[in-house]
Amino acid sequence: MKLRSIVPGAVLILIVLIAALVSYVWTPFDVTTLDIRNKLQTPSAEHVFGTDHFGRDILSMLMVGARTSIAVALVAVGIGMGVGVPLGLLAAARRSSWVDEVVMRGNDLVFAFPALLIAIMITAVFGAGAVNAIIAIGIFNIPVFARLTRGAALSLWTREFILAARVAGKGALRISVEHVLPNITNILIVQGTIQFSLGILAEAGLSYVGLGAQPPIPSWGRMLADSQTLITLAPHLALFPGLAIVFTVLGLNLLGDGLRDWLDPRLRRER
Amino acid sequence: MKQQYWVPALMLMAGMAGSAFAAKTDITIGMQLEPPNLDPTGGAAGAIDEVVYANIFEGLTRFGSDGSVKPALAASWTIENEGARYVFALQSGVTFHDGAVFSAEDVKFSIDRAMAEESTNAQKALFANIDSVEVIDASTVAVNLKQADGSLLFNLAWGDAIVLDSATAENAATLPVGTGPFAFDKWVQGDRIEIVKNDAYWGTPAKLDKATFKFISEPTAAYAAILAGDLDAFPNYPAPENLAQLDADPRYSVVLGSTEGETILSTNNAVAPFDDVRVRKALAHAINRGEIIDGAMFGYGTPIGTHFAPHNPAYVDLTAQSNYDPEMAKALLKEAGHEDGLTVSLKLPPPAYARRGGEIIAAQLRDVGITAEIENLEWAQWLEQVFRGKDFNLTIVSHTEPMDISVYANPEYYFQYDNADIQELMEAFGAETDQEKRTAMLQQAQQIISDDYVNGYLFQLAKTGVANSKIQGLWENSPTQANDLTAVYWED
Repeated sequence: MKLRSIVPGAVLILIVLIAALVSYVWTPFDVTTLDIRNKLQTPSAEHVFGTDHFGRDILSMLMVGARTSIAVALVAVGIGMGVGVPLGLLAAARRSSWVDEVVMRGNDLVFAFPALLIAIMITAVFGAGAVNAIIAIGIFNIPVFARLTRGAALSLWTREFILAARVAGKGALRISVEHVLPNITNILIVQGTIQFSLGILAEAGLSYVGLGAQPPIPSWGRMLADSQTLITLAPHLALFPGLAIVFTVLGLNLLGDGLRDWLDPRLRRER
Repeated sequence: MKQQYWVPALMLMAGMAGSAFAAKTDITIGMQLEPPNLDPTGGAAGAIDEVVYANIFEGLTRFGSDGSVKPALAASWTIENEGARYVFALQSGVTFHDGAVFSAEDVKFSIDRAMAEESTNAQKALFANIDSVEVIDASTVAVNLKQADGSLLFNLAWGDAIVLDSATAENAATLPVGTGPFAFDKWVQGDRIEIVKNDAYWGTPAKLDKATFKFISEPTAAYAAILAGDLDAFPNYPAPENLAQLDADPRYSVVLGSTEGETILSTNNAVAPFDDVRVRKALAHAINRGEIIDGAMFGYGTPIGTHFAPHNPAYVDLTAQSNYDPEMAKALLKEAGHEDGLTVSLKLPPPAYARRGGEIIAAQLRDVGITAEIENLEWAQWLEQVFRGKDFNLTIVSHTEPMDISVYANPEYYFQYDNADIQELMEAFGAETDQEKRTAMLQQAQQIISDDYVNGYLFQLAKTGVANSKIQGLWENSPTQANDLTAVYWED
């Protein structure tokens, strides 16, 4: 029952991960070498997914592009978790105090802006590039994790075992780290998976408008943007990066759903 | 009762027959960039001239479709005082679109305004040699020069030298009033500009009743608009990859022509490492022009080896001097002390020739050990950082002004080339009136900048025009930035 979405999700993600890892040591063709004479070739035995407008092998580009997407999304989720979770724990530990108010209203402020708009604003101000894309996507991940952590932690703070820990003389910091955090890990993992897929979409979106990783680093979003005017001439240029994005995001969402069903004890009991 | 139904039915049929047989009298032209204003004497943007030149505004002389200088508001002229005084006899019966009568006073006003200290004219150099403008009578005007100048008639043909009426010059940016075959009708900002036929035109009247310039910046959207029939023509079509398909379609004709657009890898000559001529020479030999034209422009473009248009009779083919030779480039870099490689910035404006060409050039430079860090910029940022701020190592841009080799005599120009030889040569060129000597000087100038490898000379931009195959009379070439619609008509 619960494996129904975990397995296909995990398989899809595994394929992307392996492709990205393999690209570090081997790709069918070098992605930085242009071969203009062989541009816009349709898929063949030599070039499985064909070649792009500069004669680069699309499969190789996708493999290296997977690396870019995963790296950007992973670090961005890391920033979101690394800043958001402590903020959420702090707000829950100091609930209803001014600290809670300041932290959560600050989060509301970031949350109020559409996520991609913030990202475009940041990259437009500080310049386009993979690093700024990571920071931009990371920033809008912060309130997501802060809110989730606070909400989950608040309900834990009323539980008996926390009360016991307080009676035993543990401070708010120790309780947060030793008792609250382990009990919310599962929902953080689930949310992390979902945010990861949003991060991949955001990176593709930023690259599409030219604000993500800069050439010659391959990126799925830019591959899509480059293929735009060529779509009637060579549809495979848009098809393969598009499918790569779709399957990665689908895989992550399936995995996230599956993990939630599996990890969340309450949902399990309801079954 | 029956009869009443017949009348509208007959009218309908007549109407249908009419529209089927009479040729269309309006046209919608696609342009990639919207002009910031409509006063060609107050802005540098090529898009201004593409709307108003020869349509709304005219000068004393004008460019023909082949780039030759032809009479416009000046019917004829005599050259006096050994080339230092030009006397123009003006066309008679010319009125501005608001009914005001055109006279020699307007010519004096316009040239004085362009020359003035506080003038915002983008090409003030065109007027630098003019000493004074003298009104002899209402239909005769004389231009006195500081020294003999063979290029005055050419200079006065530029869009920056058109004639305005003193009463309406102030508002020309938004409400242009000229003497041309079309009058300004309306401007829907961000979308289109409409112009209508001027029935009181002094010369051969326009064949069209109405023309609309529609602004579509996205190449994909431009392609869709052509296919959907929203646009009748796109004189500078931005997506060369679609041209083969459009050409195969009988509904459209694709016209390939030449432009004045020297597309160059602009190099900052004042900043290390490209202040060293050996490094610039290495750069020139590291570039494979054929690959760039093929990859970025899908084969549309002519390789150039200097800053000069190949269709010009004074052109010298110097491409062999900077042939593709990566081994030589590597040796030169080593000689200049860069054997461990070199990292430079490559800032790219939006057009496809720059963005795609930049990626190809970066790959070619990587082969010789130069790492070009690509940064994609919007036009506003490019003008700010590169053109005005001179904060760049390399950039790619097409210089579309006619005969603009003279910019190499200006050390303040954004690529900051400072060479006394060419500065003296261009000054002498300005004073020379003998056509043969002028040609020799231009050829000498081409040689100097090629010897100094000032910039990486890539290719001459092709004018790739797409139009409905029933449209006749559009300019095939682009000797200046213009869409002259005077002779355009629809075939039956």
